[in-house]
Amino acid sequence: MGVRYFGAEVRRVEDARLVTGNGRYVDDIELPGMLEAAIVRSTEAHARIRSIDAAAARALPGVHAVFTLQDFPPEYRDRPMVQPYPAPVLLQPTTQYPLAKDEVCFVGQAIALVVAETRHVAEDAAGLVAVDYETLPAVVDCREAVKSGAPLAHADSPDNIVARLRVAFGEVDAAFADSAHVFEERFLQHRGGCHAMECRGVIAEDRPHHDGLTIISATQCPYLVRRNVAAYLGRDEGRVRVVAPDVGGGFGPKAGIYAEEIVVPLAASALGRPVKWIEDRREHFVTTNTQRDQEWTLEAAVDADGRLLGVRGRVIHDNGAFVPYGLLLPMTTLTPLPGPYAVPALDVAMEVAFTNTAPNSPIRGAGRPNAAFAMERLVARIARELGLDQAEVRRRNYVPADGFPYDTGQKFRDGSPIRYDSGDFEGCLDKVVELADYAGFAGRQKAAREEGRYLGIGVSSCIEDTGVGPYEGATVRVQPDGKVLIRTGAASQGQGHETMLAQVCADRLDVAIGDVYVMAADTGAFPHGIGTIGSRVAVNASTAVFDAAESVRDKALSLAAERLEASVEDLEVEDGVIGVAGVPEMTVTYGDLARQLAPMAGGALPRGFAPGLEATSYRTSDGMPTASGSNIAEVEVDIGTGEVRVLRYSVAHDCGNMINPMMVDGQIVGGVVHGIGNALFERLVYDESGQPLNNNYGEYLLPIATEMPPIAITHQETPSPLNPLGIKGAGEGGTIPATSAIVAAIENALEPFGVVIRSYPVSPEELCDLIDASGA
Amino acid sequence: MENPRHTHRIALTVNGAPVEAEVEDRLHLGDFLRRELSLTGTHLGCEHGVCGACTVMVDGQAVRSCLMLAVQARGRAVTTVEGLAADDGTLSPLQEAFREHHALQCGFCTPGMLTSLTAFLRDNPAPTDREVREAISGNICRCTGYQPIVAAALAAAGAKAAEEEN
Repeated sequence: MGVRYFGAEVRRVEDARLVTGNGRYVDDIELPGMLEAAIVRSTEAHARIRSIDAAAARALPGVHAVFTLQDFPPEYRDRPMVQPYPAPVLLQPTTQYPLAKDEVCFVGQAIALVVAETRHVAEDAAGLVAVDYETLPAVVDCREAVKSGAPLAHADSPDNIVARLRVAFGEVDAAFADSAHVFEERFLQHRGGCHAMECRGVIAEDRPHHDGLTIISATQCPYLVRRNVAAYLGRDEGRVRVVAPDVGGGFGPKAGIYAEEIVVPLAASALGRPVKWIEDRREHFVTTNTQRDQEWTLEAAVDADGRLLGVRGRVIHDNGAFVPYGLLLPMTTLTPLPGPYAVPALDVAMEVAFTNTAPNSPIRGAGRPNAAFAMERLVARIARELGLDQAEVRRRNYVPADGFPYDTGQKFRDGSPIRYDSGDFEGCLDKVVELADYAGFAGRQKAAREEGRYLGIGVSSCIEDTGVGPYEGATVRVQPDGKVLIRTGAASQGQGHETMLAQVCADRLDVAIGDVYVMAADTGAFPHGIGTIGSRVAVNASTAVFDAAESVRDKALSLAAERLEASVEDLEVEDGVIGVAGVPEMTVTYGDLARQLAPMAGGALPRGFAPGLEATSYRTSDGMPTASGSNIAEVEVDIGTGEVRVLRYSVAHDCGNMINPMMVDGQIVGGVVHGIGNALFERLVYDESGQPLNNNYGEYLLPIATEMPPIAITHQETPSPLNPLGIKGAGEGGTIPATSAIVAAIENALEPFGVVIRSYPVSPEELCDLIDASGA
Repeated sequence: MENPRHTHRIALTVNGAPVEAEVEDRLHLGDFLRRELSLTGTHLGCEHGVCGACTVMVDGQAVRSCLMLAVQARGRAVTTVEGLAADDGTLSPLQEAFREHHALQCGFCTPGMLTSLTAFLRDNPAPTDREVREAISGNICRCTGYQPIVAAALAAAGAKAAEEEN
C-alpha cells in the first residue's frame, strides 16, 4: 500500500464548500414549520425567584408558548440535568435545572423559553417576561469562595467546595529537607472564554410516530448529547438522533451538554413543531462555559545546580456556578504536572470552588496551559535566582531523550501509571533555539537598549497528553461506483477531519483521495463515538480508519484473487484498480467487487464472503501519545505606555508522524494565537456582585491580525510507539506553552526593572504599575 | 407593548440579480440576506459590528451587514460570498488562495474575510503584509491565527499582478 497522501500537504476537501458560502451550520438549516426560540435569562448573579409573569409575553401576536420549568410535564419539574461525568470525589456534583426552578446562581442562567414565529418576535416577547427576584449574597472570587463564612453560591449548599483533589508521588518532604534552595511563587491565571466565531445553536424536531427525536446541535460531542438527553427525557437512545453539521469552531465548551439541548427538545415535543434556538454573542459571553481563574501557590525544592528535587503546592480552581462537565477541567490541570521535567517528588492539592459566575469547562488545552504556566514560571524563578540561562535551566531538568517511556510517578484513576511514551525534549529545544536565533538575541537586545528600546526573549516548554481513549470508530465502505465512504462519529469544528481521514484511507486502499468522502457526527448513521476533545481525533479515528481500510483491502484482495484466478501475493492496486503483476489486461476494480458483494434480488453472494465491501473498526491507540514542544517569543515593551509588541514567535513541535503538515501548522499557529490572547488580551470581568462587565468584542479583546507576530514553525517527528501510524495529537500544543513564553519574554525585557509577572492577562496598565513599583 | 412592525418595499441587486422585497424596518441586512433570500453564506458572529463575519460588499465597499438595515440597501448592489466565484463556478483567485494556503479551518469567519479582502485587494492590488493585516483588523478569526489568511491575500494579489503583467 502507498504513502501517497500520508505526510503530504494535501489541500482540504472541506474548503470548496466553505469558501463559496455553501457550508451548512445549524443556523443555516430550515425545517418545515419550524418555530424560533429566545431565552429569558437571569439578570442576577444569585437570587431566589419569587415569581415569573409571562402573561404579556404569551399575549403577543406570533408567540406560540412561553415555557418555565413548571410548564413542562410534571416529571421534569424537579429534575436537574444529568451529571455527564460523575466521580466519587465530586462532593457536590450540582447541575442546573434546564430552566431555573426557584434559584438562579449566575447571570445568564436560563429561566424561561419563548417560542414564536420568528426570532424577532421571540425576543420581543422575552423582554415582556417579568421575573421577580429576591437578591441573595453572591461569591465571585474563588479565593474568597473557599474561605469559611464566605457567601454560598448555592443557598442550600454546606459550603462552596465542589471537590478536593490531590496528586502526590515521591518523597516530597525529604526532597525539601535535602534541597539547596526552596523557592515559592504565587500565580493567578485567567483564561477567559472560548469565543468560537459560531455561537452555540440547537434545532429539535420530535416525530414520535416516525423517527423519534432529532437534535441538530453545534456540538463537539453528539454522542454525549444523545446519552444525556435520552437519560434526562427518559427516552430510548435509539430513538434520539443527534447530528452535528458544519460547526464554526469548538475550542472545548461545545463539548458539554447544555440546558438548551434539553429545553429546545422539550418545547419541540410540546408544540409538535421543530424549534430552533441560536445563541447570540451576549448569551455566549454569559452562558457558554468559560475557563477563567486558578490561583496557584507553588514551591520548588532545587539542588545547587538548579535541578528540581520536588514540587509542592495548592491550587484554587474556579468552577463557576455549576458542575457541567465533572472534574475533567480540574483533573487536566493536575495530570500534566510536572510537564517535560523529571521531578522526583510532587504533592499538589486543589480545591475546586463554586462561584456565582458562568459554569466552567475546558477551553483549548483545558488545564494544561495552566499547569505549563505554573511549571514554566517556577523554572523561570530557578533560572533567575541561580543566574542560569532560560534554555540551560530547562536542559538540566528535562526527562532525557533516552528516558522513554517515562513514568511521571502519577497514576490514573485505574491505577495505571501516567506515562510519556516518547519524545526528545532537548532536541525540540535545540531546534527552536536555532529557529529563533536565540544566540543572536543578546546582540539584538543590546542594540535596542542603546536606542532606549526594551526587547525580551522568553522560552517555554511543554508536553501534551493527547489522544485520550477509550475509542473512536469508523466504517470504511466501498460504494458500488467505487467511491469510498468513511462513516465516523468524530465531529469536526474546523480541524479538517474529512481530509485527514481521507488521506489515511486513500493510502491504505491505494485509491485517489478524490474518491474518498467522509460523513461524520450523526448518531443515526454511526452507532458509537466519543467526540472531539483533547487532541484525540487524529490518534483515535485515524487509527480506526487505518484498521478498517486494511480489512476492506484484505477482503477486496481475497475476492479479486478468486475472480482473477491469481494469488493475493501477486495482486497490485493502483487508483482503485486491482491487477495481477505482469498481466496488464487482468484487472478488477474496487467498485466491481463492491457490486459483487452487494447483489440485488436474484443475484448471489460469492461463497464464503459476507455482504458489503466494508469494515468497521474501533481500534485505538494503546495509551496516550505524548506530544511536546518548545516555544520562543521575542517581544518589545514600551516602558512608557506598557504596550507589549510580539516581534516574532518560534515553535518547535513534536506530534510524531504528521498526517498533513499544513493542517498541523494550522493547528499550531491558531493555538499560539489563542495563547497570546490569554497572555495579553482576554479578560472576562465580573464585578463584586457577579455582574459580567464586558460582554462584547469592543471590551473583551480577542487577538486580531495587526497584533500578531510572524510565527515560524519547525517540527521534530518522534513517532509514537502506541499506534500503527506513529501519530500524536496536535490540537493544543500551540496554546499550552504560549502564555508562559510571552510572559517570560516580557520579564526578560524588563529585567533592568526587576519586573516579575504573576498573573495574566498582562495589561499595559499593570505593566506600568510594575515598572513604577520597581523604582528603577 | 405595541409593536407596529413597519415594513418597506425595497428593490436592490444581490450578486447581480434584481431582488424586490417587503422588509420590516428593524430587519438588518444580514438577516435579510440569510432569512429572506436564503443566502446563508453570510454569517452572523456578534451582531454588534466587531467580529466582521457578516461582511458583504455594498456598491463595492466592505460593510458589516449586521450594522446596516435592509431598508438602507434600497437601490444598492450587494455582493455576498456566494457571488465571489465566476458564474461557471470558477473560484476567484482569492478563494483559490484561501484553499491553497489553509486560510480557513471552521469556515465561519471566512465569508467575511473573503468579502473584506476582495474589496481591499481591488483598491490595493499590491499590498504589504502590514496593509493586509490592517485590512482584516476588523475581522476576528479564532482558528487560523491570521497568518495563513495574510499569506493567501498576498498570494492572490501576486497572482493577479502576474496575470496583468502577461
